[in-house]
Amino acid sequence: MTTRTTTPGVQSRVIGGVGESPLRPDGIAKLKGEFEYASDLVSEGMLWGATTRSPYAHARIVSIDIAPALAIGGVHAVLTADDVPGRALFGLEHPDQPVLAGEVTRYWGEPVAIVAAEDEDTARRAAAAVKVEYEELEPFVDPEEADSTDAVFRRMKIRRGDQEARGTVVVEGFYEVGMQDQAPLGPEAGLAVPDGHGGVDLYATSQFVHVDQEQVVASLGLRPDQVRSHPAGIGGAFGAREDLNLHIHLCMLALHTGQPVKMVYDRSESFTGHVHRHPALMWYRHEADDEGRLVRVEARIIIDGGAYASTTSAVLANACYFAVGPYRCESVAVDGAGTRTNNPPCGAMRGFGAVQVCVAYEAQMDQLATKLGLDPLEMRRRNALATGDVLATTGQVIETPLPVVDVIDSLAAMPIVEPDSTPLPGGSGLTTEPGQVKRGVGYAIGIKNLGFSEGFDDYAQARVRLTAGGAVVETAAIEVGQGLVTVLAQLARSGLGVSRAVVRHVDTSQIDSAGSTSASRQTQISGGATLEAATRLRERIIDRHEGDDLDDEGVWRHGEVVVPMEVLAGEGWEETVTFRHPATEAPDEEGQGVVHADFAVAGHRAVVDVDVELGLVSVVRVDTAQDVGKALHPEAVRGQIEGGILQGVGLAVMEELVMNDGVIANPNFTDYLLPTILDAPDVEALLIEQDGSWGPFGAKGVGEPPTISSTSAVVAAIRDATGKAINRAPVRPQDIAL
Amino acid sequence: MIVEFTLNGAPANARVEKPLSLLDLLHDDLGLPGSKAACEQGECGSCSVILDGELVCSCLVLAADVQGSEVTTVEGVARGDVLNGVQQAMHEAGAVQCGFCTPGIVVAATELFERNPNPEATEIKEALAGNICRCTGYGAIVRALELLAGPR
Repeated sequence: MTTRTTTPGVQSRVIGGVGESPLRPDGIAKLKGEFEYASDLVSEGMLWGATTRSPYAHARIVSIDIAPALAIGGVHAVLTADDVPGRALFGLEHPDQPVLAGEVTRYWGEPVAIVAAEDEDTARRAAAAVKVEYEELEPFVDPEEADSTDAVFRRMKIRRGDQEARGTVVVEGFYEVGMQDQAPLGPEAGLAVPDGHGGVDLYATSQFVHVDQEQVVASLGLRPDQVRSHPAGIGGAFGAREDLNLHIHLCMLALHTGQPVKMVYDRSESFTGHVHRHPALMWYRHEADDEGRLVRVEARIIIDGGAYASTTSAVLANACYFAVGPYRCESVAVDGAGTRTNNPPCGAMRGFGAVQVCVAYEAQMDQLATKLGLDPLEMRRRNALATGDVLATTGQVIETPLPVVDVIDSLAAMPIVEPDSTPLPGGSGLTTEPGQVKRGVGYAIGIKNLGFSEGFDDYAQARVRLTAGGAVVETAAIEVGQGLVTVLAQLARSGLGVSRAVVRHVDTSQIDSAGSTSASRQTQISGGATLEAATRLRERIIDRHEGDDLDDEGVWRHGEVVVPMEVLAGEGWEETVTFRHPATEAPDEEGQGVVHADFAVAGHRAVVDVDVELGLVSVVRVDTAQDVGKALHPEAVRGQIEGGILQGVGLAVMEELVMNDGVIANPNFTDYLLPTILDAPDVEALLIEQDGSWGPFGAKGVGEPPTISSTSAVVAAIRDATGKAINRAPVRPQDIAL
Repeated sequence: MIVEFTLNGAPANARVEKPLSLLDLLHDDLGLPGSKAACEQGECGSCSVILDGELVCSCLVLAADVQGSEVTTVEGVARGDVLNGVQQAMHEAGAVQCGFCTPGIVVAATELFERNPNPEATEIKEALAGNICRCTGYGAIVRALELLAGPR
């Protein structure tokens, strides 16, 4: 990994500050198996919960008989839709999903009843014993039919520029992206503990405890102060933990029984218990002039939201806003639909709409390059968006650094290094003559917004306190594995000037929202709050004591410590800051406006070896250049890049939930394939640092960009190797060999 | 039945009255939460333990079958508070993110380094092929273990 800084970087003046790569504070506990995940929680007198789920994608519930379940020894409660004390529906953006299905089930695996029993086995037996009589209905699973019959959660229409503009070179294409699963290793899990006064404390897997708490309060019919949602140990997230699943159920069972209740989904439940990446159908028409400059882009995009809204509206909007990619174009028409079907609900996954369209627009750019006889990178360079340009879709002027050209030139300059050992496609199972294995190289560039868009009031609160142990950052921002606990401590050190800092997660009653750990936003937004709080605290302390510096020893004046740290720590210093990113606005009827707060770009070059006879692919290496603003913790940035690329590789060649009339055919790790260490390509990463974004020290979010274009680059490389016009991700053996 | 076995070097026993997996016995009954349940069908390696010298997925082993055996879990690979070489190398290389796969990878890599202290990159990858990590892309894990293996 190398870093190219084109503006002066920050020099950390404190050990463990910004720009260094201090070790994770939770690393040792995780390496020793001592870190407590939500699935490890226990409580005195705890019951276990389990869920009765619909075996049909679409059915009418004729009757529910809970008596057989209640008759099992050790069962304390069996609850159905009739027992939901408050609002019957929940939802992240629109409450449209029943807490428990009462009359109709709309997707396979939808919860119908919940039970609490003295142990897990009994709870699961009881859940299976709930007798539900269904009348099976025809599942409605075709997104195109949903679009044509107006079964949609949202439509998007974007029109910009002269709609009559025409180019001299035209390419058209249809593209498809399958349904990917986040597959975090930690299952959905939680523990709800009644407080004895009608309220409840919830410790559960989450990416956003404040929005969980609001939904739990509504469905339990309680006052806000009666529900406290606590950050719990998370085994990965990638978008899967934005929506509620077991949260309201656990609180209902705990309040009903008066006992703590724990629930852990098994893997197949996990596949139905969280939303997935939207599958997409995309029709594109690109027109360019003879020099390869884009003249017009038309796109029609359908993403299938499945049975309930989740974040479909926002994912669709993102897909449409980034439908042209990081390129200039003065004539654009995009029509999008987020459809409602009886497929599993889809919502947030790393990349959030920008991934799907990248598969399409980058294939179009390659087709144009081929027609024009241009190198694929030169084609992109001629259209590269830059600071001061307008986003082709929304017309928003890009005001923060956007080094698209730098990304392209960096990729062009990186040598293709042959890895020490490259397994051939199929590994030891290769039956093809090695001479028949074809090498291919493909490129893709992706762009995405950072933080929440469309006028959402996107903020985070953080508190920094000075204690005898150093700085303490208090936050409700969720650590999902990305290293927020490390970077917030670094920012506190750099802001305050002391070398000891820890992050303490607090519950919803102790601090205001940090917003969601999603949209690549926490380093910028909770990080921004932490840095500002620490910096202000430093200024206040120095002012109060008329000093000129503050460090681990205390306040200094003229080269002498005038207030030692042990005295300072007793003075109760704290500062709380709520940080907001620059305001955005909702789009107008034609999709125009200042919709986004910031952007990031990354590019990937994939090298693949393809067994064209069996249709097997080995991804040899993926090299990348990424716009990071400022790498606050370079090692963690590299971890995001390598991990994000591998999820992109997964979507390119193996990861797809296979649907069979609304039923997931492969809800387990045997049949839903995830990349192993043998599937992981070598990665060379170049970090591009340019100051000017509003994140702390100019940092941009880095979690999503690695996933946006890595899929598309691998698909392009497979096209290059095979010469086939492959138009889908994942690329299946039959797409290559048949 | 009462199952008696050696757990992390010390005698252990547990009452097993149903078809319980070794994973559930360790995690739920014996208070050793390090072995993780992520797929419970032997695909992800998060529950890896060493059973009589062999690396196994504890979700696929019946608890009753460990009678008289030696079991080493992630809790048993460090010496008290001192991390073993695999753990220390992974810590320093930034090879831990969410950490849910980490115990299984520590156990699998520890088993590899016990039988082969200087593995090549291909041997490291082969040894960890049964452990799924969803966060890191494996890069930092490979770097950590290559460093530990030292120059060849």
